[in-house]
Parts: sequence; C-alpha cells; structure tokens
Amino acid sequence: MNVLQLLVGGLALGGNYALIALGFVIIYKSSGVLNFAQGGLLMIGAYTTYDFINVVGLQFWYAIATAMMVTGLIGIAIQELVLRRMMGRPEFTIIMVTWALLVILDQIPSQIWGQDMINLGDPWGLAMIKIGSLSIFTIDAWTLLLTAVAVSMIFLFFRFTALGVAMRAAASDLEASIAQGISPRLVFAAAWFMASALACLAGTMLSGGANVLSPDLSLLALVAFPAVVLGGMRSPWGAVLGGMIIGVAEVMTAALAAPYAPWLGHNFYQVMPYLILVAILIVRPYGLFGGAGGRRV
Amino acid sequence: MKKRDSVKTVLWVVLPAISVSIAVCFLPEFWLKLLIYAGIAAIGAIGLNLLTGNTGQASLGQPFFMGIGAYTAAFVGQDLAVYFPFWLIVATMLAAFVGALVGLLALRLRGHFLIIVTFALVFIGQHIFRNWNSVTHGTSGRSVDVGNGLLGENVFHVKVLSRDATYFILIWAFVTGLAWLTNNLLRGRIGRALMSIRDQELTAEISGIDVARYKIVAFVISSGTAGLAGALFAAYMQYTNPSEWGLLLAIQYLAMIVVGGMGSVAGSIIGAVAITLLPHCIELVSVHIPFIAQNPNDSGFMTVFALNQIIFGAMIIVFIIFAPRGLAGALERVARAAKKIIMKASPRESASSGNPAIGFK
Repeated sequence: MNVLQLLVGGLALGGNYALIALGFVIIYKSSGVLNFAQGGLLMIGAYTTYDFINVVGLQFWYAIATAMMVTGLIGIAIQELVLRRMMGRPEFTIIMVTWALLVILDQIPSQIWGQDMINLGDPWGLAMIKIGSLSIFTIDAWTLLLTAVAVSMIFLFFRFTALGVAMRAAASDLEASIAQGISPRLVFAAAWFMASALACLAGTMLSGGANVLSPDLSLLALVAFPAVVLGGMRSPWGAVLGGMIIGVAEVMTAALAAPYAPWLGHNFYQVMPYLILVAILIVRPYGLFGGAGGRRV
Repeated sequence: MKKRDSVKTVLWVVLPAISVSIAVCFLPEFWLKLLIYAGIAAIGAIGLNLLTGNTGQASLGQPFFMGIGAYTAAFVGQDLAVYFPFWLIVATMLAAFVGALVGLLALRLRGHFLIIVTFALVFIGQHIFRNWNSVTHGTSGRSVDVGNGLLGENVFHVKVLSRDATYFILIWAFVTGLAWLTNNLLRGRIGRALMSIRDQELTAEISGIDVARYKIVAFVISSGTAGLAGALFAAYMQYTNPSEWGLLLAIQYLAMIVVGGMGSVAGSIIGAVAITLLPHCIELVSVHIPFIAQNPNDSGFMTVFALNQIIFGAMIIVFIIFAPRGLAGALERVARAAKKIIMKASPRESASSGNPAIGFK
C-alpha cells in the first residue's frame, strides 16, 4: 500500500471537508449559529448541479457555478425566513431549528430525484493522472485545486473587500459593528450565501468521480464537525487544516484498519473522525487551535 | 395543608390508576400499543428534560444510552437468564454509570461543544452495537426474550391480562412514578441548584453550588432514564438492532421536550405523546390526501414518510418560534384564561342568577 497515494486521497477528501467546515465557521463566526442544516444544503447543491448538467444541459463548469449561486440563494432564504426570527434566542433552540431544517431538507431530494443512486455526469469519471509511481484520480487533483482556489478567494474577500471587513467586524463585536453602521442582516445573508455555495461545491465534488449522487450525502457533512472542532470553531484556517487532518485520518484508517486491526470492526473509518473529536475534547476542551478565552459573566 | 396533600394524592395515584384501567379495558389494540410507545418515550423525555430543560445541558446522546439499556437488558435477561426486575435494574444502572462518565467529560465542555460530543457518541455507539457480535449479534439485530415468566400473560399462573395490557400498566406506572419523583426533585434543593446552573453557571458557582456534582447528577438521571426506556422498549418489542439507536431518535427526543415544554415534567409527557402519535395520525389522514403515495412505488407527489418528516421538522420550527414554552405552556395559558373568565363571571352570575349568560357578554 503506497502511503503517498493514500495521503493524496486523504487530502482530496479533506479538501471537501475543509470546504464544508469553512462554511460552518463562516456562519458560526458571523451569526453564532451552529448550522446542522449544512448537510442538507450540501445534498441539494449536488442535486442542483446534476440538474443543470443533465436537465438544463449546461457545461460542467457553468453548471457548478450556477448551482453554487442557486444554493447560496437557498441559504439566504433560510436565513431570512427562519433564522432571522431566532436572533437573541437561546443557543439550544437555534440549534434545534437547524436540526429541524435538516430533517426537512433531507426529504426533498428523494422526492424529486428518487431514492436511487444517480451518476452526476462530471467530466472526470474514473480518469487517473500518473505522476511517477503515483496514480491519482483526476477528480482528486481537481478537488485539491478547487479547494485551494475557493479558500484563497474567501480569505482575499475577508481581507480586502468592504463586505468582508464588515463581516469580520460583526464577528468580533456585533453591537459595535451595528453602531458603526454595518447591517447585520446583510452580514448574515452574506455568510449564509458563502457557506451554502461552499457546501454546493463540496457536495458536487464528493458525488463526482468514482462516487455517485444519493440522498445519503447529507450525513457526510456531519463529519465536518470534528474538523470544525479540531480547528477551534472560530478559526477559518483551523477549519481548513482540521478538514485536511480528518480527511487523511479517515482514508488512512480505511486502508489500514482492515488488514492490521480487524477487531475494530467493519467500516471503522466512519467513526474515526468522531473518535478524534472526543479524544481532542478530552485533552483540549476548546479545540486544537481554539483559545481557552475567558468565561464571560 | 392536609386537604392539599389529599388532593395531591388523588392527582398522583387515583387519576393515573383510573385512566390506565379505562385505557386497558376500552382502547383498541392499535392505540394501546401506541400509548405504550408514548409511555416509553415519556420516560426518556422526562430524563432528557431534566438535563436539557432544567440544567441547560443540551444533549443528543439519548439513543446511545437507550441502546446500552436495550442490549444490557437483552444480555442480562436472556443470555444470563436473570429474572424480571433485575435485568431492568442492571440496564438502568449501567446506562447511568456510562452517563456519569460522559458527564465527567462534559464538565470540561461548554455549550456547543457538548452537543457536538453527544452526537459523536451516537455514531460511536452505533458502531459498537454493529460490531460487538457476541452481545449485539451485529447489524441484523438480536431477539430480546426477557421476563416473559413474570411480564407475560400469566400472573400467578392465571391469565389476567394480555401482554400489551401488562406492559401498558407497567410502563405508565413507571411514567407516573418518575414524574412524581422528578417533580419533587425539581422543587427541592437539587432542582434549585440545577436551574441556577442553567440560568447562570458562574453565579451558581459563586453562591456555593457544587456545579460539577450537580451536572453529573443531571447526567446520571438523564442517562439512567434513557437506559430504562431502552430496556423497556427492547423487552416489549422482543427485538433490537443498531439502526434503531441513531441520530433521528436523538432529534425526536429533543423535539419531544421542545414541543412539550422545556423544563416541565408535564411537558415531557405531553411532548412524548404528541411526537409518538403524530406520524400515525398523519398516516390516518394521508389516505384522504390525493397527492400522497402510500407506498414508495406508487405514483404521487411524495411518500407518507417524507410528509411525516417534513411536518415533524416544520412543527419543531413553528413551536420554537411561536410557542417557546411548548404545549405545556400553551395549556397553562388556556387554563389561566379560563380561570379568569370563570372568576369574572361568577360574581355577576350570583347577582343576576336568573340569566347567567349576561356574565359572559
């Protein structure tokens, strides 16, 4: 088993987790909402891409761009219709609302596109790239590239645009930012748009290549939670790095658990991220990169 | 004082006894079964509400502890062939013990981290249930053949009650007992401590409340009741499998306490009954809705299951936004309004006894 090959596969998977985790962090930082509905958006994003390719007949790249816009708008709609009414309510009830949204969103794809697995229709399929002794799926290479592009675009956005700076201001102190004339409504809408668009990108890449599109996709987004926690909840860089670590750990476990430790059981790799999560929180209750901070009175 | 006590006795003993016997005698089997499920759910929901509604520790871990209860009941009651009350006690104790361990970990976590860890627990638990073959018999599940000597059709070798009726009485006796205990607990020292932790942990700590100890107490009670509920469910169903103890169940339990009323014992029971009956009521109604497919293969706009889930999700959102205190809070408000009307009405009634309708305008 080629370790380098596993590493590349793990990083590609981790790139997808990083995109989802980044979406979580953007929403969490700007509005304080822990968004469990991200999985639903991931799935709907992927199915929307499918529709733009196979029903509308767009080229893959146009399809994915349009789908990202559409999913982003769905995100804004969720924020405007539901979560805006939840401002200032206890954290727990807001979390419950996002769970409820996930329960609803989860049912939509199977009703429109059916329960069966379908082929996304991406341009790569099972194509491989050979670099020396290393052969990697083309889609994995593209995933890594797209993750890098998306992540850098987001960081540039936060660094250099007025809205990005406003979002950072709102994240560090919402009341002070409102006093400076920043509209929280605009900030939250932008956060939901970005997170949903990222979820759409991740969903599409997760269901392309050797994988297929199925309603189970939404469960994958929950794996991004260990990544977010690893990154300390509020750090975008932490989320990206956490996603990569979780991805590599998952792929490595999938390859190594069966031959070397069969007593761990079937599909042990699926619980690996959660075990990492629990282990990290035992050692560092605020995440790997999270500051302990003070307890606010 | 004495009069109030006797009123309470009536409320806690006589009323449940009467309603249970009426239910056992007159309810059709279908509804009896549903109320058994609702009672089991109420046991778990009362515990979860104590932890989440009263202590403020949101947990998605309920299915994990229910699973522990179910498999322990199966292992102790069937494989080790231990008699009726003992497998139930062992199952409850073991779940409570694991809950204490989780509580120890949870002490270090605050707010969002806790809910994330507890949902991680559900996945880890399901993995263990799927793979610990000697106890759980793997993915396909196992039979749970326990307590049929004492909890079956024969009591003192005389066929008195059907199996459903026996379970119904047993389970609603548990619900009543647990509700009574929890109510007393909440009104006393422990309850006040728990609620002060929920409202302001730091202030509670400064006031000399041992926050760590009380949080663990709350975790132990909540996981213990979950274990009890899981064991009863497995024993009643005579079967259990790993996929029962998943994330959806966790959301359902949280929905019960949100819909019923956070921090209210009565709310837990009302919520458990409402959430348990909801899918069946929708099924009954859906026959008359044209665009609903009864089977996945039928043509139709959506399946009953999907409709169920969508209504379930929408209900949680609507309740959280428009009725933050749940059904229990709404009922309380109705009762208060009714009382007001009666109080207003009665003096005028006595003044113009000839025409009582005037009082209401």
